[in-house]
Amino acid sequence: MPDQHSHPTTLTVNGERHDLVLDPRVSVLDALRDRLGVTSVKKGCDHGQCGACTVIADGRRIVSCLALAVSYDGAEVTTAAGLGSVGALGALQEAFVDRDALQCGYCTPGQVCSAEAMLAEAEAGMPSHVTADVAALDPVRLSPEEVRERMSGNLCRCGAYPNIVDAILDVAGERGLA
Amino acid sequence: MTATRDAQGRSSESPVLPLHAAPDPQRSAGPREPSVGTDRRRVDAPLKVTGTAPYAYEHPTTNPCHVWPVLSTIARGTIIGVDASRAAAVPGVIRVLTHADAPRLRVKADAGLWILQGPEVHHRGQIIGGVIADTPEAAREAAELLVFTYDEAPSKVELDPDGPDVTTAKVVLMRPGSETKGDPEQGWGEGVHRVDATYEHTAQYHAQMEPHAVIATWHEVSPLDVRATRLTLQDSNQGPLPHRLLLAPLLGLLPHQLDVSSPYVGGAFGGKAFPHPHLVLASLAAKIVSPRPVKLALTRQQMFSVVGHRAASSQHVRLAADAEGRLTMVEHVSTQAASRVKNSVDHSCMSTRMMYATPNRHTEHRVLELDVPPSTWMRAPGDFTGMFALETALDELAHTAGIDPVDLRVRNEPDVDPENGKPWSTRALVACLQRGAERFGWDERQAPGQRRDGEWQIGLGMASAVFPNMHMVTFAAKILFTGGRYVVQLQASDIGTGAHTVLAQIAADALGVDPDLVVTDIGRTGTPMAMVAGGSSGTYEWGNSVVAACEAFRRKHGLHPAEGASATGRSGPPKGSNKYSRNAFGAHFAEVAVSSVTDEVRVRRLLGVYAAGTIINPRTARSQVMGGMIMALSGALLEESYRDPRFGHIANGDLASYHVAAHADVPPIDVEFLPEHDPWFGAKGSKGIGEIGMVGTPAALGNAVFNATGKRLRSLPFTPSALAEA
Ligand code: FES
Ligand code: FES
Repeated sequence: MPDQHSHPTTLTVNGERHDLVLDPRVSVLDALRDRLGVTSVKKGCDHGQCGACTVIADGRRIVSCLALAVSYDGAEVTTAAGLGSVGALGALQEAFVDRDALQCGYCTPGQVCSAEAMLAEAEAGMPSHVTADVAALDPVRLSPEEVRERMSGNLCRCGAYPNIVDAILDVAGERGLA
Repeated sequence: MTATRDAQGRSSESPVLPLHAAPDPQRSAGPREPSVGTDRRRVDAPLKVTGTAPYAYEHPTTNPCHVWPVLSTIARGTIIGVDASRAAAVPGVIRVLTHADAPRLRVKADAGLWILQGPEVHHRGQIIGGVIADTPEAAREAAELLVFTYDEAPSKVELDPDGPDVTTAKVVLMRPGSETKGDPEQGWGEGVHRVDATYEHTAQYHAQMEPHAVIATWHEVSPLDVRATRLTLQDSNQGPLPHRLLLAPLLGLLPHQLDVSSPYVGGAFGGKAFPHPHLVLASLAAKIVSPRPVKLALTRQQMFSVVGHRAASSQHVRLAADAEGRLTMVEHVSTQAASRVKNSVDHSCMSTRMMYATPNRHTEHRVLELDVPPSTWMRAPGDFTGMFALETALDELAHTAGIDPVDLRVRNEPDVDPENGKPWSTRALVACLQRGAERFGWDERQAPGQRRDGEWQIGLGMASAVFPNMHMVTFAAKILFTGGRYVVQLQASDIGTGAHTVLAQIAADALGVDPDLVVTDIGRTGTPMAMVAGGSSGTYEWGNSVVAACEAFRRKHGLHPAEGASATGRSGPPKGSNKYSRNAFGAHFAEVAVSSVTDEVRVRRLLGVYAAGTIINPRTARSQVMGGMIMALSGALLEESYRDPRFGHIANGDLASYHVAAHADVPPIDVEFLPEHDPWFGAKGSKGIGEIGMVGTPAALGNAVFNATGKRLRSLPFTPSALAEA
């Protein structure tokens, strides 16, 4: 069946273009992990329930387990490895290390990607459930409550939450969002 | 870690080590400021924030195949038919495995691992088949097409603590399962104030963010020499020791024929301490397709039956006290569910035996065997459950007697361990209680139901915390000097605790070098055997071995070792330590807000004050106890499982319906460690901190709910519906 129904699909992952022929059942997550060997994105549930698989696709955070790769043909995908490298960490990654915002580290790549896109959402004035005035489209000032609400799609069973919130607020502050 | 093999099947393993600065030859050995006790960045954090630390499923492999488990759909019975025709016809399928044709296992070292050997079904969610295929999609599709027919037998899956089949466990944690001191009934009669209550919780699930996964490779080197066979498991576990003890004999291998690596572990919490049956399936599949590697990753749903849980339990507590609140009698009877396949009993009454002074006491661990999957250790097994009950009962007693809950505990402080009469190595419970009360603003607490903030009813609650020493055996560690660095080798796993970071600090001080000159090579066989990361014992237990190895190294090689110099050191518990009762203590304080409209409980503040010996690294230690408090908060407010009594399955077996705490559920958390040094745990004076944050926290929250609302909740979790019905 894969032969009959396979689809040519192009994904650009962390700046590198990949031309793939994929079984239409393959998610963006499995395409990255099983086909391309990109393991800087994690699978925690495969059902959109945990956020471990969060990547940034064309500028927006998505749970890649719920995204079929063939429908992301042509997309630009960024994982945690695309936001910085061990020798040159991105600002959020640096803040996560500083604040010890991780323990086992398995939720961490998803938290970092989610936070990066979330800061952009706040900058664009996108409101959340706890935003007082949802009509104002100015950049949102990120209180701890706002960060907790906006990051609640990313579970962390190790309980690094308070440190993650502190790390995100550090960077939000640097970007004039807190 | 990547493991490759030469033609003889020997392993040449190159561990993926956390990153360290390049060695600086100027920083030679000699007197220096100690690293232990200072704040140090988690050494593996840069790898983890970039997603480049490799977890089990992520090790590079060549031409792997995939195996998908098939689970039983009845609670008890016999398989009478298998139709594999449609499954086998799926393109890409290599082999369908069932009990009819799976390779035979050898030694039944663990009944829970004895899968695919016969038609019997012992519980719903038992691995009864597997499909090996070239891709995970094909394996999964075929697994769904594999049809079993059963002859169903009557089953029992629900805990009935008063049922006729409940039995008393003889031995729990190597101590008598039941014990009586004095005359409990007389003590009950003498009581002026009394509490008689039952505390319960449903089965709880570890829900590690990394689902259990493994890459298994079977190297059949020579048909003439079976002893040359090797099995490699690139796994996610708390240490290879149980794998070698249990899995190797099961598969007909000697311990050294099993290579295990687990350099990074995406959460464990006890649920990756012992091998679970998916490893047997992966190993059997690897044997069939040898030498092709086999990849297996459990789904989130499969985890709810395959890899253990905290068993449902019911805790009956009776307390009696005189007019001043001094306990005249303590009784604690724990009844927990267990699997008929393999029953593991949580030591839920053990902390009750030693927390408070009383002349009369009865504690007893009871078990009811059911047709459910085996339970296992889950973070603070026993202590989580038992201290929820005891510390809630004490709050009830304090309320009845009109005594402040902190004061009540202080009044019942024992001079020696009430269970065995041993002196305490150190016990600073009272200091934790008093410091916590001061730091939290406990004196602001009002009578139940008095404080309001709009729709929110506000309450404060507290509870004591304890965690025992679990160090019993002598193990080893090795120091290797190479490339200008000292490599610490032992089978320890860093499951998120910070072992990579703190073991380097301990070694640095013992060697007298900068911690950046120390590298850890842990989480694999091929290094000295060590205890699993469990029982909050890793840092002091491994630390003892590491110090012994460092001292041996310096004795043997002096301050200027040659490239490749190495030494091994062995260490057990400090000599004479068994004369003492050894525990870490703490106190938890909570402020909650309960909606008078929706009955929702929100936690506003949570404080943990601990006397847990020397804190090796304040930064990682704070994270770890905070993680414990948050997991306990999650268990107290959110985690509820529903086992369907007709079919035996967990009806809410995924993260959408088995709720664990998310960002928005977690308030700012405050942590304080009191200065303490306890020489009877380990070389550095440290105690265990991995689990104590879990202990008593649910009681502190429930006691705060009572203070807010006047409603006493005795079953976890404290959901809106539980409050509405209270
Ligand atoms: S793996 Fe995608 S949300 Fe959990
Ligand atoms: S760091 Fe372990 S799940 Fe978040």
